[in-house]
Parts: sequence; C-alpha cells; structure tokens
Amino acid sequence: MALESLKDAIPEAMTIYPVQWRSRIYAIAGLVLFLVITILVALRIGSTDISFGTLFQILSAKLPFIHIEPTWTTNTEIIIFDIRLPRILLAGLVGAALAVAGTTYQGLFRNPLADPYFLGVTQGAALGAIIGFMLPAWQMGSIPLLAFFGAVSAAAMVYAIAKVGKTLPMTTLILAGVAIGAFLAAITSYLMIASGDELHGIISWLLGSFSLTTWWQVVIATPYILVGTLIIWLYARPLNVMQLDEEQAQQLGINVEQVKLILLGVATLITAAAVCFCGIIGFVGIIIPHAVRLIWGPDHRFLLPLATFAGAIFLILADTAARTMLAPTEVPIGVITAFLGAPFFLYILRQKKRAIF
Amino acid sequence: MFKLLLHNVSLGYAKHVVLRNISFEARPGEMLGIIGPNGSGKSTLLRGITRIIEPSCGNIFLDGSNIFSINRQKLAQMVAVVPQNPILPEAFTALEVVLMGRTPHLGLLRYEGKKDLDIVKAAMESTQTLAFAERRVGELSGGERQRLTVARALAQEPKMILMDEPTANLDINYQMETLGLARQLCRNQEMIVVVTLHDLNLASQYCDRLIVLSHGSIYCQGVPVKVINTQTIKDVYGAEVLVYPHPVNKLPATLIVFDKDK
Repeated sequence: MALESLKDAIPEAMTIYPVQWRSRIYAIAGLVLFLVITILVALRIGSTDISFGTLFQILSAKLPFIHIEPTWTTNTEIIIFDIRLPRILLAGLVGAALAVAGTTYQGLFRNPLADPYFLGVTQGAALGAIIGFMLPAWQMGSIPLLAFFGAVSAAAMVYAIAKVGKTLPMTTLILAGVAIGAFLAAITSYLMIASGDELHGIISWLLGSFSLTTWWQVVIATPYILVGTLIIWLYARPLNVMQLDEEQAQQLGINVEQVKLILLGVATLITAAAVCFCGIIGFVGIIIPHAVRLIWGPDHRFLLPLATFAGAIFLILADTAARTMLAPTEVPIGVITAFLGAPFFLYILRQKKRAIF
Repeated sequence: MFKLLLHNVSLGYAKHVVLRNISFEARPGEMLGIIGPNGSGKSTLLRGITRIIEPSCGNIFLDGSNIFSINRQKLAQMVAVVPQNPILPEAFTALEVVLMGRTPHLGLLRYEGKKDLDIVKAAMESTQTLAFAERRVGELSGGERQRLTVARALAQEPKMILMDEPTANLDINYQMETLGLARQLCRNQEMIVVVTLHDLNLASQYCDRLIVLSHGSIYCQGVPVKVINTQTIKDVYGAEVLVYPHPVNKLPATLIVFDKDK
C-alpha cells in the first residue's frame, strides 16, 4: 500500500529515466535533509547543552513576522548565533568545497589518488600562512589572505610550467605539482625551524581548526565556494565525457582544453578559499568523493552534488566531535577526519569490490 | 549537398609528416573504405578529418566550409567517430556510455530528455547492445565495447561516421552485422561512412569505393574491382596473394596461399 502511493508520487517526467538515476535523485534530496538535521544537532551539542525546544524557539524568533517572548538568556542566543552557527556553516562550506574540488581533480586527472592539494595548493597555503605568523602580531589578520595568495600562486605556477603550447598534458601537470610542492615544503620547513615562538601556532594551523571562526569568515568564504561549486556542477556532463580519453571527448564536441582550464581554475579557487581560514584539513577531498562513488556510481551529474552535501555533513560532524570529545580542549580536526574517516572508508571499500572509476 | 572534401592535405605530428598531398571527396550514400598496410596513415587521416591534428598544408571541407571554421560542438553534431581501441570508463553502464553520444546536442544546462533516451535506445537496438544496457563497461568483452562505440556514434545522429577498424575485435557474425549496418545507414539515411579496414575481403564486399594508402600518399582509388588486384597488393603490402572473382557477386576476393611443403 505504502509502496503504491510512493509510486504515484513520482513525477511523470521522471519515470522515463532509468531506476538508478531516480534513486540517485532521491539520494540527493535525502542528503540535503540529513544536512539540515546535522546542522540542528550540531547547534545543540556543546559545552552548554541547549534543548531542541529552546533551539527551535530561538531560531524561529529570528524569522520575520514571528514574535516569541524570550524564555532564554542572551548568553544562549550568543552561543547559538555568534559561536556555533558561523563555525558550523564554515565547516559545512569547507567540507563541501574540499569534497567537490577533490571529485573534480579525480575526474580531470582520471586518477583516484588526486585530491584538492594535488597542485601544490597545500604547500602554497602553508608557506603563505607561515609568513603571516612571522609578521608582527598586529598583522595576524593577514594570515588568511597570505594563505589564499600562496595557494593560488602555487597552483598558477604549476599550471604555467606544465603548459605545452596550447595543450596541458595531465601527467606533466601532476609531476610539476609534486616538484613545486616539494620546493615550497622545503622553504616552509626551514621557516618553521627558524620561527621559534610561533611554532605552536603554526603547527595547529597546519592541522586545521575551526575554533576561531567568526561571521566575517563565513561571509567571505560563502560567495567563492557557492559560485565555484555551482560552476563545477554545470560541468558535470563534460566531466563525464572526459572519463573517455581526450580524443574521444573532443570528437564528442567537448572543448577539452577550455574545460580543463575552467575546472582546474575553479577547483583551485574554492580549495584556496576553504583552506585559508581553517588550515589544511586532509582526507575529506579524497575520502568523500570515493565513498560517494562507491555507493552511487561514477556519473558526475549525481556524484558532484552528492559529494558536495556529503562533504558538508562529514566536516560538520567531524568538527562537532573535535570541539566536544575532549572539551574544553579542542582536538585538531585533521586528526578527527582521519581517525573517523579512514575506518568508515575502508568499510565501504570492503563492501563493494568492483571498478569505481 | 553535404560532402567531405580533402584538398592537397598533408598531416603529421611535430616534424614527422605522415600523409602527403591527400585529395579525395566522399558523398552522401557512399561507403568509402580506406585500406593500406600498418603505418600507412589510415588512423592519422581520420584524426585529421575530426580536427584532432591540424594539416600542415591543404584544407579539409565539410558541407562547403573549412572544418577549422566550424566549432567543435557543431562538428560533433555532423561527424561521429568509432575509434579503434577506445578507453571507456569501466564503472559507467553501457547505457551511460551511449548517452554520451548525445553530448553535442545538449548544452551545459539541458538534461537528457525522453527524445534523447529514445534515440539512444534505438541506437542500442540496431547494434544489439540493448541487452546489456544496465551492465558496467568493465564487465563487457572487447567486441561488446566495440559495438557500444558504434551505438554511441549513432546516438550522435551524425551525417558522417568515421570508423577506425570497426571489425578488429569482432567475430565473423558481428563483422557482417556492423558493416551491414554501416552500409544500411549509407543507403537509407544518406549518410557518409568512411571506414578503415585491414581485411581486404570485407573492404571489397562492403565498400562502394576504396582508397589505397601507401607510404603516406594515395596509391590509387576507385571501385573495388579496379583497385584490388594481385599487382596492387604486391606493390602496397609486399604480399603475394591470389585474387579471384567472388563466386556469388564477382567482387574481387583475396586468397592467401601457404605452401606447407616449403
């Protein structure tokens, strides 16, 4: 009976699509719902426990035309709106950005080991951040800017070196990325030894953390990540076709060099926007795309949105664990993503032993 | 009239010239075979016609305009390619791979609709690939993959199909099915089919006209009866064979002779 009515609920237009597609569309809707629930739960949990009742009242009081007499303290409202919410939103944005960028890089390079940090982006960001740490204390605010600049210029350098005439051979790009990354890492290590007192701050930045999140970071990161992610979503079909070799993609009407340039550029920008505020968070960009691929298949039209939402959910959960597990001490989020992510990933990997690419 | 015209075309890679002064034309309804020994430039010629490599001199015209003045998407709406050993992503299903053939007809914002799915289904039916539409490419045999790329080319709804050794991985039944289908497309849908072949008997039986490539230039071209003879095959391939009229349709049939006592 229930199944029958569910069938009726399927829009007529969708019935022409293969069953697998339909189930993936429902999966996207499911993940969006799960993301909302995750955000609500993460808002509730923390050093001050706030009941769901109070949480909903506080949230709905913010809506226009609704007036609720406050039964809560201003403190609670500050915890929700100025401490937890921006932190959760930034974690979600960063998780989405890293997952979608990782999916893009893996698709472009047709290499399962590609991650958002493939093109020297990490090393560039780290170097920029360390230079920021070594500046006089009142200039600490420039760290994100320097990290962003470092990430983007490292990737641009890799790109410029790898370009041969009008084409961009992907293998050369990978090798140039490795070489530039190693070079920048050498400078970074030297500066770390030379930095003395700042070493602790630098190391915790390198491990990644959302503990210092404020609204202005969310405001700056949102447009980058939102627009970038949407652009990448639009390129889902070209990215699918590029899973064939480049020659076939061209013969199917794809302007391969242009697609590569756009996708690499956008993926690098959103990665840079993600790492510059919260440091280098490993594992999300590689584990989430593969987990999604294993569960829902390699079609980028579904893979990209699914990875985006799964990445957001995963990093919000990881950050919630990071701030509550050893409270009041914060665990570096990179530790959590690897500690929780790796076993989960290995579990799915064991479940399905077949081609995932 | 839609036609393919090559005028004094030279093609090659970097400084190495593979093909020199190639001129020919192909008209709708015509099945054109390209034969020649390994390394004579058959695949290079097809890569030139699809803009993968640029001619060092000469021009290629399609429908009256130089192919370099047609944008890639427009070109792919007219010309489909069945490559020789294509890389196909293993985790995609057969249906998803054939659907990629609709790419030139869809913009970034358009989703595949009922029309596209119907075209894909018809293409898969005529190539006998519909039976494994839901299976993953990684599980398919070489011959099944080859027919899948033919289906993908059909899904493009082109005016011209270029086939690079389409029978290489096929058993004798599917060799006949595939070339028979190509021939049918020529006749019924006024398509141009250009096909490279190693098998001289298939070339002779199915093609209306043959171009023989040797050492990077055209050795001769014409109808199979004129082109395939003992002398040509000795000159071009360096092989001693017998050529007899086919007992049924009198087209030239090539026989190899191996003297076991030697």
